[in-house]
Amino acid sequence: MPTYLLRRTLTALPTLAIISVIIFLVLALTPGDPMSEFANNPAISEEVRANIRRVLGLDQPIPVRYVKWAWAFVRGDMGYSFTSRSPVVDLIVQRLPTTLWIVGTAYILSALLALPLGIISALKRYSIVDQGITTLAFMGISLPPFFTGLLLIIIFSVKLGWLPFIYDSTLSVTNWQSFMQQLRQSMMPIAVLVLFQTAVLMRYIRSSLVEELPQNYVRTAYAKGLSQFIVIWRHILRNALIPVVTLVALDIPTVFTGALITEQVFRVPGIGALLIDSILRNDTPVVMAIAFIYAILVVVFNLLADLLYVILDPRVQLNR
Amino acid sequence: MSNAVRLLKKPLSWRGARGFATLSAIALTLLALTGCDSPPASDSSAPSDSTIPDSSASAPATTDSSTLRLLYWQAPTILNPHLSTGTKDIEASRIALEPLASYGEDGNMVLFLAAEEPTVENGGLSEDGTRVTWKLKPDVKWSDGTPFTAEDVVFTYEFLTNPEVGANSAKAYEAIASVTAIDATTVEVVFKQPNPSWFLVFMGTGGMILPKHIYEEYNGANVREAPANLMPVGTGPYRVTEFKPGDVILFEANPNFRDADNLAFERVELKGGGDATSAARAVLQTGDADFGYNLQVEASVLEQLTGAGQVVSTYGGDMERILLNQTDPNQATAGGEISSLEIPHPFLTDPIVRQAINLALDRDTIADQLYGPTGEATANVVVAPSQFVSPNTSYTFDLEQAATLLDEAGWVDSNSNGIRDKDGVEMEMVFQTSVNPLRQKTQEVVKQSLESIGMAVEIKSIDASIYFSGDPANPDTLARFAADLQMYTTGNTDPDPLDYLESFTCGDIPQKANNWVGYNSARYCNPEYDALWDTAAKELDPDQRRELFIQLNDILVEEAVILPLVHRATTVGVSDRLQGLNPTPWDLNTWSIATWRKE
Repeated sequence: MPTYLLRRTLTALPTLAIISVIIFLVLALTPGDPMSEFANNPAISEEVRANIRRVLGLDQPIPVRYVKWAWAFVRGDMGYSFTSRSPVVDLIVQRLPTTLWIVGTAYILSALLALPLGIISALKRYSIVDQGITTLAFMGISLPPFFTGLLLIIIFSVKLGWLPFIYDSTLSVTNWQSFMQQLRQSMMPIAVLVLFQTAVLMRYIRSSLVEELPQNYVRTAYAKGLSQFIVIWRHILRNALIPVVTLVALDIPTVFTGALITEQVFRVPGIGALLIDSILRNDTPVVMAIAFIYAILVVVFNLLADLLYVILDPRVQLNR
Repeated sequence: MSNAVRLLKKPLSWRGARGFATLSAIALTLLALTGCDSPPASDSSAPSDSTIPDSSASAPATTDSSTLRLLYWQAPTILNPHLSTGTKDIEASRIALEPLASYGEDGNMVLFLAAEEPTVENGGLSEDGTRVTWKLKPDVKWSDGTPFTAEDVVFTYEFLTNPEVGANSAKAYEAIASVTAIDATTVEVVFKQPNPSWFLVFMGTGGMILPKHIYEEYNGANVREAPANLMPVGTGPYRVTEFKPGDVILFEANPNFRDADNLAFERVELKGGGDATSAARAVLQTGDADFGYNLQVEASVLEQLTGAGQVVSTYGGDMERILLNQTDPNQATAGGEISSLEIPHPFLTDPIVRQAINLALDRDTIADQLYGPTGEATANVVVAPSQFVSPNTSYTFDLEQAATLLDEAGWVDSNSNGIRDKDGVEMEMVFQTSVNPLRQKTQEVVKQSLESIGMAVEIKSIDASIYFSGDPANPDTLARFAADLQMYTTGNTDPDPLDYLESFTCGDIPQKANNWVGYNSARYCNPEYDALWDTAAKELDPDQRRELFIQLNDILVEEAVILPLVHRATTVGVSDRLQGLNPTPWDLNTWSIATWRKE
């Protein structure tokens, strides 16, 4: 196991280096610079714009900029944002709690919902219940978040006036009342995300369960006289959950990057909204940092998923 | 390949197809639910339109009249206006910071930190135009209680002109030779040359004064570490208590403000993010916010949002224009440069052809149908302030006359391919602009008119982040102008059009030799115009100066290389409960926030 870990870590490093080069190149070669809003403003001369580019370090050749960035990143310095001239890490840390609260809660909720729904749906295949659940799942996958978000705003904010549609990030939860307020403003974005994620997870769980149900070991278990609960819990789920674990492990990094569209629709100041805004403003250090942290998380959780297989399925050998 | 990735490739079986009928039914019900009271989808509008909620019933309006709620869909990210890369930041900074003075809508001076307007009569202006002496208001304090003095003005000058700082407002300050504090409330500005535009420094948008005691240690490359970039200390009516870049700013009444007793609000909340359409809805329809910044929403959508607020349009110097390339975009020099000054355009250099195109522009249709309350048709290059707007010009839309002009000049369809030609040159043009629904519709209108008089027009639209990037390596920027016609908006951002009129001089032509730096992208070069501009730049007498500006404008209109289309307004949404807003195009919306009141 330790050798395996070491080998995987060592192979991950060049992967990450290549990823960082690619992200950096794509961002550096993308047209546009942070000064584009002032592009045709005659009160701001080209010399002034060139000087600002120099101050931001954009006048240097791309390889020099990359090496500087990479060396700083290794030391834990993600650089300064072009548009707010403050450290990128501050911006990310400021927004992380909001994203974890909204997107994290949504993910946990959808996992909790998807598991029973998927199991019921697989066991009662082709029944009314199954058709109801799969139809809902199909809808959840097909409806884009900006549409469901809009729908919820129309119903609950504009028509009924129950829930706010402008997220207030300055609200501090100190008592029951402010907690309820926090809950009210988080409800709609979480619901939008839950609808989509539950659908994806539920489909996975259902289909992998359906594949396990006709297997011989299931029939043997029933023949031994085990109850349905024991058969599902001890035998089927253990096998059926392997692909689901993979899916969940690879999804966890997306919790960090936040929900791009949903955060924008509800004005939730999370990492997703930061990423979109930074892309629009050509704030490359911020985009670079978020994209690269995401890459690292994907690599790490990929490894984690592989390690989990050993626990879930003893047939998986790591030391190949 | 890792196990994780391999397992993910396992195909999914989907057996829910039979649920499809049920699904369709539910989906239809949902659509009906939203569709029944949605606004009639405005034709091919921006994608953001589809994300707006709609209703006649409104959410509970804010009743707390001591809190002012501002909604900026472009969220401020820094509160030092001199370091910002967008107007949104300068808008937010203006709540906490102030210039010495500013300009009202007519271009006249409005005092902030200055005690009186400098004039020749009161000795504030020297006769030769090289010296301005400002008297400052006494007993003004920064929001941390430190007294504001002339030293702060001197420091602001040193800070803005420090190349290591990289201030966006540096250009106007280059004209200064020295700034000296005579005493605590008197500051003297000496210019390198007689400067008729002396009022561009320490005034208006680029003139906000920074506190010396706060920024002294950060006057250099370390300026990005200055805490005051995010938590400014200013002399303005409200001061920042919390700032999350890109999200929200909280202000409280500044107890050290010189008129603190008359502030109407205890708390100002500036929320950022989202999209323009839902911001418009929150202000105009549901009343969730009191003020909405820069409502770039199509006129037809804005008109439907009513109930809680009004749209306020402010006409500044911005004007949408079509430029006719004076150089040939289809031929390259030996050095590979297209649109080079060495190769003049085959037909757009002909004044008669330019006049014909000018006559074929249906400005009224474009302004009324497409811009609505956010634009007015215009024939002038200088559109504001009103004293500099030429009374001598007019525009006509006359396709017959345009065709006659072309016929007389010898541009006829000799080879019967539907396109006019002369000496083997076909009148084929590429018309470029940025991607923007309004601009694409304008392109269509123009194309239709030009094709009806026998010209071939090919429409091209370029992503705004490329088109406006100023990237010298990219051939699709407006400075490179690799097309025959192009369309965009610009104009003077202060009440002095001198800088703006300079952008039509020969010296401001972007080309390979100067790495495509310059604003004269039409490559218009007229020595007579340049000489007149030089005279205007030196003229100190205001009346003479006004005459010269109008003459410069009239030359440009007469030559018809720059074809003005629409005088554009900036629009904000204002709640019906909010009073005291007094917008000027020459300063930010928040300039008068000290007098805002809520019923």
